[in-house]
Amino acid sequence: MSVLFDNFRAWQQYCEQHNLPLYVPVLEYEREQKGNSEEFVWQGLARAYQVMKEAVQTGLTQDMRSRSGMINNGAKKVFHHPLNVLSQEFKEMISSALAAKEVNSCMGRIVAAPTAGASGILPGILTNLQKIHRLSDRKILEGLLVAAGIALIIEQNASLAGAVGGCQAETGSAAAMGAGAIVYCLGGSITQVFNAVAITIQCMLGLVCDPVAGLVEVPCVVRNASAAAIAYSSAQIALADVSSVIPVDECVQAMGEIGQSMETRYKETALGGLAATPTGQQIAQKVLIQDIEILNEE
Amino acid sequence: MNQKSGIFDMIGPIMIGPSSSHTAGVVKIANVAYKILGGQPDEAVITFYNSFARTYEGHGSDKAVLGGLLGFATDDERIRNSPQIAQEQGMKYTYKAVGNASTLHPNTIKLELTKNNKRIEIIGESRGGGLINIASYNGFRADFTAQLPTLIIEALDIKGSIAFIAQVLAQDDCNIATMNVSRKAKHDIACHFIEMDTALENITIQYLLHLKWIHNIIYLTPIT
Ligand code: SF4
Repeated sequence: MSVLFDNFRAWQQYCEQHNLPLYVPVLEYEREQKGNSEEFVWQGLARAYQVMKEAVQTGLTQDMRSRSGMINNGAKKVFHHPLNVLSQEFKEMISSALAAKEVNSCMGRIVAAPTAGASGILPGILTNLQKIHRLSDRKILEGLLVAAGIALIIEQNASLAGAVGGCQAETGSAAAMGAGAIVYCLGGSITQVFNAVAITIQCMLGLVCDPVAGLVEVPCVVRNASAAAIAYSSAQIALADVSSVIPVDECVQAMGEIGQSMETRYKETALGGLAATPTGQQIAQKVLIQDIEILNEE
Repeated sequence: MNQKSGIFDMIGPIMIGPSSSHTAGVVKIANVAYKILGGQPDEAVITFYNSFARTYEGHGSDKAVLGGLLGFATDDERIRNSPQIAQEQGMKYTYKAVGNASTLHPNTIKLELTKNNKRIEIIGESRGGGLINIASYNGFRADFTAQLPTLIIEALDIKGSIAFIAQVLAQDDCNIATMNVSRKAKHDIACHFIEMDTALENITIQYLLHLKWIHNIIYLTPIT
């Protein structure tokens, strides 16, 4: 039995036909594609989740200053700030996403999910989801499988790389993965899960990749926090059975189309957007190596 | 080789930040060099080209390359302190940056390494997502990814050598995924780069090595 879904509709149909939870076909896919045993997959997921939790912890407790100086212990500041703009949970969620991403910028250990630039989003979302709703580890790992399935489909129909599709492809995809995982873990229907993915993509469409000095720091770190927040807002909307109107597969198509027509200066080249601002360029002057040899090519 | 992604490409890899092309890929290129050299070098000259030339410090690629040369894996937290560790262990290193090598991939590194009396030169490309390509080895065009078991065979360029090697590998039930042969001149030394789907038995390597026209064999296990 070969389970190769390449769009959300086929995934939903398959699950409904066989009366399966969303994560099962993803597990089957991995077994067939990579020949990995079920046990191997669960262990790998558990290890990934462990590293995510450690990254959050590290970012909230250790000194997080990047070599460029642009990242300077922001997560801890947020975490310890006395005023909650919304709620304690919201503040903790935002600081966890920042924390894990700061670890990435400061050469610590992270899980690229789906990319290193977006490595704070799932940790921020899942660690807090588990805490607030007292979910079992097993549930979270199922959520990770659902997230992986979402990413596989986006990769196939659009892109996950900032250099190919802009930041919508990186932080946007991670947010979509997170939103789907939230709704799945909280017992939402398949339609609700995919509505959450669709709504998240709708909120992230068009976001360009414009990292200052080409480093994965500004705006990447704060975008990990906002992407996590958007995932939560989309999940809240979708769980109430609000429709995305445009089906999720078409939202992914739109993301692919926008990514393709985006100019290259907005695709990780650090030639446009924030990277091209006067301050952005000043910083680039300071951190980039100026003393390089230029070959005399004939 | 257009392999389909798996779930651990989506939830993973587990790696040291900040970026899969600037850290993970760079560590892997240096890991290949470490394995070929049979350990950490006494001395390393590291050249960063093109886009790497300006950004290697900001992205920590300088630490990543040292970590890889020390034999650390892509998720080893010691990478952050690799300059101190290299110094403590007496490994000498220098960095160079070259801006406009238009024939090379945008993210290219050259490693010139010495250990005892052995000297090797490797040019590697970090192709995004932690994937690498070893473009050349000691001046021979190589093109392998280090994702599969790989043989590097230096041999005399004699008639039938390629077919013979392929035959021997087939006897070991080994399927060849890619094979590149490159030589500097006719009837000179040729270098075979062979990626295989499965691991080789040691005895097969020993057999090949004992043939007179084969000068040297390096067997690399996949780098994760
Ligand atoms: S701005 Fe670019 S480098 Fe930064 S997170 Fe977004 S896609 Fe990644």
